Amino acid sequence: MNEVEPLKTLSQIYTEVNRISHSTRINLSDQIVADIYANAAQIANEVVVRNPFSASCDWDARVDSILTSRLLGYPVMILLLGLVFWITLQGANIPSEMLATVLFGLEGKMSAWLLQVGAPDWLNGVLVLGMYKTLAWVVAVMLPPMAIFFPLFTLLEDLGYLPRVAFNLDNLFKKARSCGKQALTMCMGFGCNAAGVTSCRIIDSPRERLIAVLTNNFVPCNGRFPTLLAMATIFVAGGLASSAQMIVATAVITGLVLIGIGVTFLTSWCLSRTILQGEVSALILELPPYRRPQIGAVIYRSIIDRTIFVLMRAVVVAAPAGALIWILGNVQIGQLSIIGHLAHWLNPFGQLIGLDGFILLAFILGFPANEIVLPILIMSYLAVGQMTEFQSLEELRRLLVTNGWTWLTAVNMMLFSLLHWPCATTLLTVFKETKSFKWTFMAFLLPTTIAITVCFSVAQLVRSLGLV
Amino acid sequence: MDHFTKTQKAIPLSDIPVGATGVIASLNLNGLLRRRVLDLGMVPGTFVECLRQSPSGDPTAYRVRGTTIALRRESTDQIAVYQLKMGPETSPPVPGKEG
Amino acid sequence: MDIKLFTGHKNRPHVVALAGNPNVGKSTIFNALTGLRQHTGNWPGKTVNNARGTFSYKNKSFLLVDLPGTYSLLARSVEEEIARDFICFGQPDLTIVVLAASSLERNLNLALQVLEITPRVVICVNLLDEAKKNNIYVDLEGLSKRLGVPAIGTVARTGQGLDELLEAVAARIEDPGTNQPRQVVYSQEVEEIVAFLIPQVQRLVGTAINPRWLALRLLDSDRAFIEKIVQHFNPQLCIGTSSEISFDQHLEAVI
Ligand SMILES: Nc1nc2c(ncn2[C@@H]2O[C@H](COP(=O)(O)OP(=O)(O)O)[C@@H](O)[C@H]2O)c(=O)[nH]1
Ligand SMILES: [Mg+2]
Repeated sequence: MNEVEPLKTLSQIYTEVNRISHSTRINLSDQIVADIYANAAQIANEVVVRNPFSASCDWDARVDSILTSRLLGYPVMILLLGLVFWITLQGANIPSEMLATVLFGLEGKMSAWLLQVGAPDWLNGVLVLGMYKTLAWVVAVMLPPMAIFFPLFTLLEDLGYLPRVAFNLDNLFKKARSCGKQALTMCMGFGCNAAGVTSCRIIDSPRERLIAVLTNNFVPCNGRFPTLLAMATIFVAGGLASSAQMIVATAVITGLVLIGIGVTFLTSWCLSRTILQGEVSALILELPPYRRPQIGAVIYRSIIDRTIFVLMRAVVVAAPAGALIWILGNVQIGQLSIIGHLAHWLNPFGQLIGLDGFILLAFILGFPANEIVLPILIMSYLAVGQMTEFQSLEELRRLLVTNGWTWLTAVNMMLFSLLHWPCATTLLTVFKETKSFKWTFMAFLLPTTIAITVCFSVAQLVRSLGLV
Repeated sequence: MDHFTKTQKAIPLSDIPVGATGVIASLNLNGLLRRRVLDLGMVPGTFVECLRQSPSGDPTAYRVRGTTIALRRESTDQIAVYQLKMGPETSPPVPGKEG
Repeated sequence: MDIKLFTGHKNRPHVVALAGNPNVGKSTIFNALTGLRQHTGNWPGKTVNNARGTFSYKNKSFLLVDLPGTYSLLARSVEEEIARDFICFGQPDLTIVVLAASSLERNLNLALQVLEITPRVVICVNLLDEAKKNNIYVDLEGLSKRLGVPAIGTVARTGQGLDELLEAVAARIEDPGTNQPRQVVYSQEVEEIVAFLIPQVQRLVGTAINPRWLALRLLDSDRAFIEKIVQHFNPQLCIGTSSEISFDQHLEAVI
């Protein structure tokens, strides 16, 4: 290595380095890593002291041998999922009732007061019957399940269970030629699909990351979850005694989530063989030690976080939507209100896929935030229907039946909610992550097509079999 | 490294049964995967204990330098190890496993 | 990423970066120090962007940056890119390298790499409670002596040791010391080549960046990164190299 002349440019250095690396018999980059580790091991050996006398019982290994066992791995996963749903259902029931009583009780007082001070009817309509009532619905029906479900999931996350889910499910993802870490992004999607999409950054391969982004929507986020709960409780499990009702509703929700996961696998499989072709890349997944969750902090944080977040969104999105619905429902054009016209226009297509015009309209108007779909639906039924006093949760079933709902409508409502287009925030996040209009559009088109196809097939099948 | 003889044949890491330990001989991986595996400390000479398999048989979790790492079979096929002989006399003092 | 946000600004807060393996409690420390609520979670990859927060200690203000967790500064995934670039180009006044006491060996791999780039480091050995449960104890004094930088033990969850950590951080920023921290000793073959390359490299970038470290990166054949370094410290030199390949293309090629 005798130097003739100093190297002046980077390219000269490169040439020199290339020459050197070719002339050595070892792989220099590998050697560098190995050497750093040799230093690290030496230091660790000198400073780490192990107490050889107190034998530590290896809790992690014991827990893992259950949670990832051949026999129990999958059943425990489904049971835990079911348990989370069941606790949410049970826990949300009473606060929901209480909030409904208080909030809807206030409604009458507000109206009375407004009319007393001489406010015109339309103002009372927009403010109280539109904005306030929708807000009250969001808070009473949507907030409690969200505030319970979210911390439960965060607890599982803090415990370290999520990487085990990825470990258990990786083989299925491998068969779909995608990444096992997609399971982690799906878990994040339960909280919020936008967060789920962001978390896809942990997937190294751009192809596999895109698959995870496009399919994240198939796990129901916290904002859609209460809608599913409400449908499952009041409709599918409607006629049963209350404890059996909870169990059946839990089973229905769990099944639905499993359908969503199944659709995720199928869609990933198809994408890997069509527009996102490619070979599956490797997986490196660290399984961290289990850690006792900070229960207090998690509950406090997620309830406060969630409550504030949901209330903010409710004020920003639900209140204006409520006002809009009231106006649309009360401005008459010809025989019908505007909302009636819109629903009437959407109805044929809605019926075709086992829904109706109002439901489709609610999903469309709920594009900014999924939390408001059910409240909007209730408001629009109320706006055109005869029933004006509608306060308790049990009456929801009656309202829906009055509007022609069958169990098929409820099932398809759930399926559509599970599979339909992502909310605006999620699509915006997809755009931020992919920086591509094409893939953002795909993130809209793919679920929409699937939702319509599935609902159409179910409706046609059920009807042709004469089940409704 | 006196737990195995120089004449012992290296086998793929994927052939090591659950509960057994191997010493990394060489990596036959390329690109980013090679870097990542190295960065996790799986350099030649490192002890790797096979901890458990996923319920469906793949991936498999390994204990490396006090941490647990799961790898798919496609990757572990390409990592050559010397398997340590099992049994109380020959088993190495794997860190954190005494007692 | 706006890594030069505060440089060249008078009265700027001290910029402190939090580096470390995934899942060692960086975000927990970040939250405890800044009072913010960066989400934490027990899985590698929870933090995917740089969260920032401020805190003050002894009338000094600090800007704390929670870097994504990385196993190394050598590999080329996006998170490692972000973390490494911040430590190299963001020129933080100090980097806290958080280590998990229960897997010190793997964690030291990263610490040693950071110490190759900058001596402005404080080591934080977190998760002492978890290590204790596994009968693992860390000789902090010994560690500090061997690494040549302060080493503080913490339990981030309960806040144990965080005051000492702050004290050490403030002191280290005031007076980074003159001792060179522990540098990795490579095998003879690598050392010889590095010794040959150092003078050449020094001619290119001067003393702006540790020439030994740069020489090692040359051997590591990470060209895009070398060009980024040279461009950053001595832009004229890049003419005549293959720097036309954009960074993104390089990334894609690697992935
Ligand atoms: N037992 C214990 N757990 C901790 C400690 N610090 C953090 N954790 C937990 O370790 C996990 C990872 O923490 P996080 O701050 O998200 O790590 P990051 O990935 O480095 O940001 C979380 O579940 C924390 O609650 C500690 O000192 N002791
Ligand atoms: Mg973090």
